[in-house]
Amino acid sequence: MTEKIPVTVLTGYLGAGKTTLLNRILTEPHGKKFAVVVNEFGEVGIDNDLVVGADEEVFEMNNGCICCTVRGDLIRIIEGLMRRKGRFDGIIVETTGLADPAPVAQTFFVDQDVAEKTRLDAVVTVVDAKWLGERLKDAPEARNQIAFADVIILNKIDLVSAIELAAVEAQIRAINPYASLHKTERSAVSLEAVLGRNAFDLDRILDIEPDFLEPGHHHHHSAEIGSIAITVPGDINPDKFMPWINEFTQTHGPDILRCKGILSFKNEPRRFVFQGVHMILDGDLQRDWKPDELRQSKMVFIGRKLDRAMIEKAVEATRA
Amino acid sequence: MSTAPHTSLTAHVMPIDIGDHILRCGFIAQQPVLALADGQVVHVKDDGLTRTHPHGDAAILVAHIQHDLVLTGGEDGKVIRSLPDGSTSLLGDEKGRWIDALTASPTGAMAWSTGKLITARDSKGEIRKREAPSTVQGLAFLPKGYRLAYSHYNGASLWFPNSEANPDSLEWKGSHIDISTSPDGRFVVTSMQENTLHGWRLSDKKDMRMSGYPAKIRSLSWSHDGDWLATSGAEAAVIWPFKDKDGPMGKPPRECGVRPAKITQVAFHPNALVLAIGYEDNCILLCRLTDAAELLVRVPVKGQGSITAMAWDKIGKKLIFGTSEGAAGLLTLP
Repeated sequence: MTEKIPVTVLTGYLGAGKTTLLNRILTEPHGKKFAVVVNEFGEVGIDNDLVVGADEEVFEMNNGCICCTVRGDLIRIIEGLMRRKGRFDGIIVETTGLADPAPVAQTFFVDQDVAEKTRLDAVVTVVDAKWLGERLKDAPEARNQIAFADVIILNKIDLVSAIELAAVEAQIRAINPYASLHKTERSAVSLEAVLGRNAFDLDRILDIEPDFLEPGHHHHHSAEIGSIAITVPGDINPDKFMPWINEFTQTHGPDILRCKGILSFKNEPRRFVFQGVHMILDGDLQRDWKPDELRQSKMVFIGRKLDRAMIEKAVEATRA
Repeated sequence: MSTAPHTSLTAHVMPIDIGDHILRCGFIAQQPVLALADGQVVHVKDDGLTRTHPHGDAAILVAHIQHDLVLTGGEDGKVIRSLPDGSTSLLGDEKGRWIDALTASPTGAMAWSTGKLITARDSKGEIRKREAPSTVQGLAFLPKGYRLAYSHYNGASLWFPNSEANPDSLEWKGSHIDISTSPDGRFVVTSMQENTLHGWRLSDKKDMRMSGYPAKIRSLSWSHDGDWLATSGAEAAVIWPFKDKDGPMGKPPRECGVRPAKITQVAFHPNALVLAIGYEDNCILLCRLTDAAELLVRVPVKGQGSITAMAWDKIGKKLIFGTSEGAAGLLTLP
């Protein structure tokens, strides 16, 4: 079996420093070649041999799932690129500042031809430290992009004070507590922080340790995007949990952007790991629990209109 | 269920080492020709292979081959016609935008698209352009007149490029990929993102849904009499009856060439009810519709990819095929 080509999705609001990061990735001496998919062909100087212009055409799948949107142009572009595999080691998809990352991410799970040949490595979101606060007020897309991210590049930190920086970081963590976060000037970040993340690979979900989960910090404006982290001591009954998580993501799929969990099932020596994008769920048994490891179940949901009390009660009811 | 084929034609296949993903193959001036993803157009001549590079270093994304020309569209945004004598001419230049689809008619009309923009070129070289409601994924000329069918999101459209009238629209929700018109011009069929086919009877725009496939249907072939439409996408060639007024509605399709491998290419013989079937494991069978008899053309070879292109010559004596890993072959019927 041939190795699947990793795909990195680069999002971020206009002017945050996406293109700077992209050019940095392309020009560092790593010996790797990339195919780059950008919107609006030739819009800015991108230093690469293989640049493809995309239309960002999003459409709904006819599978009865309203949140199941994909990027039609991306399906076509990946098909074309993958016929000449030897030319590149990875694909980077840069979205426009206003784009919702969900259709891009879902394309890699929903289209079987794309899923056979490529794998989504991570969603990387570049954020402007100075202007994020304003954007969160006036641009729902900015909030979406943070919520969806596996890696957040908090850029332009030289333009804000230490206090402002701490406030911006707190705002980001309130939306997305588990993404890895890097503070940068001019998008200067080591490439290992951005590439080869395997963020959607169940084997790489090793722990869920929200760096920043102040009790009570959760936003109570229910229409806003926020996150809920739940820790359950002891075991969970899979016969109760699996039907619940399936039903929950099917019913609330449009509002749940991402979820991840590591669960301890009763009488099961291995850890059960799951992750999801809207209604698309993936889960499997992973490595054994270590003898000195505390058997507990942790999960994080990121989305809008999340009802903490309801989710906590439902999860509590699945305890073994 | 089919059993192992009784007769083999493998001794009549001349293998051709091509080297890169074969996008499309066919015959021009009775000579086999293959268009490769890496940008080459390879002519198979009696004294060996002639390799040409109409798009320079750029990849070919789409190609159409018929008896008198090879039409290629590349990553360089160029549409180039190659003639049997090896000469090429640049017909279109979309300034680096990928060419998504192209086609030609036996009478010399051509069309290509990039994004939403369609360009139609009639046999005299007159060019008309039109913007589709969303990205165009497939193009096909209707058999009569200068009329172009194109597929897009939420349906297909039929356009007379030389008329000022708006295109006729055929609506069906979803993303339509490839498009094909029946040889008698009565039906238009598209393949869809959700592993189904959709058809319209043009006389009254009646919808036809043909579903049950485990994968996308990326190869469609009409029988010479127009009575049957063979399709890829399953572990059997699924063949829909189009003879009656209602097309395949309410009738089960025929299946042939059942094997534990997905079918990637189908090609009906140009004057007999015999179907060439190419599989994802690069096996090829010929199947006769009348009695389901099977003939083996190619034994699957590990590491040679899936069958990605297959075409008969005009009289049905020769079959050229190619794989995703650059293996090719020419069958000459005994």
